[in-house]
Amino acid sequence: MARLAGVDLPKNKRGVIGLTYIYGIGSSRAAEILERAEISEHTKVKDWTDDNIRDLAKMIQEEYKVEGELRSELQLNIKRLMDIGSYRGIRHRRGLPVRGQRTQTNARTIKGRKKTVANKKKATK
Amino acid sequence: MARSLRKGPYVFHKLLDKLDKAQASNKKTVIKTWSRASMIIPDMVGQTIAVHNGKTFIPVFITENMVGHKLGEFSPTRTYKGHSGNRK
Repeated sequence: MARLAGVDLPKNKRGVIGLTYIYGIGSSRAAEILERAEISEHTKVKDWTDDNIRDLAKMIQEEYKVEGELRSELQLNIKRLMDIGSYRGIRHRRGLPVRGQRTQTNARTIKGRKKTVANKKKATK
Repeated sequence: MARSLRKGPYVFHKLLDKLDKAQASNKKTVIKTWSRASMIIPDMVGQTIAVHNGKTFIPVFITENMVGHKLGEFSPTRTYKGHSGNRK
């Protein structure tokens, strides 16, 4: 069982894919890490040797910001925007899109499920 | 696209003049400006700058955290207080 950065990796997947289960490692970083550790991308996670796992763990620990640390950094960045009262911070506070997207329709990812307004009259022509 | 480093941060030249004057006189005066696109530079920290939002000037007290942002980010141009009956 490979356990890196506090995350259990899926056993039956290829190394590149397995690494992406760690928050902060996507496909390009996964490929980069495996290349530097001299492990084939195609080796399944369960076929990694203990040495491999140790190398990977060390590399990720030392050189990449992943999981909790990364999440807290993100939160801090957002908090900073909110504290200085910038436009982006205000958008974060209100739970609205930050980067100038339209909000008359759509924007459901950030606003969440539709909240129907009771008795809202249909626009009359 | 990011601005070329060679040019340095954009600050409206008249705003720079006003900043110099304010710093020379050493008094806490509010600097009025329409230049929302100007970058906040370290020299401005501690100053209060009134940034036009198209209608009025919103006084912005510049803190260290704001350096690198644009003045306009702190002077909202739209008013929206929420819908009626939407308490929260």
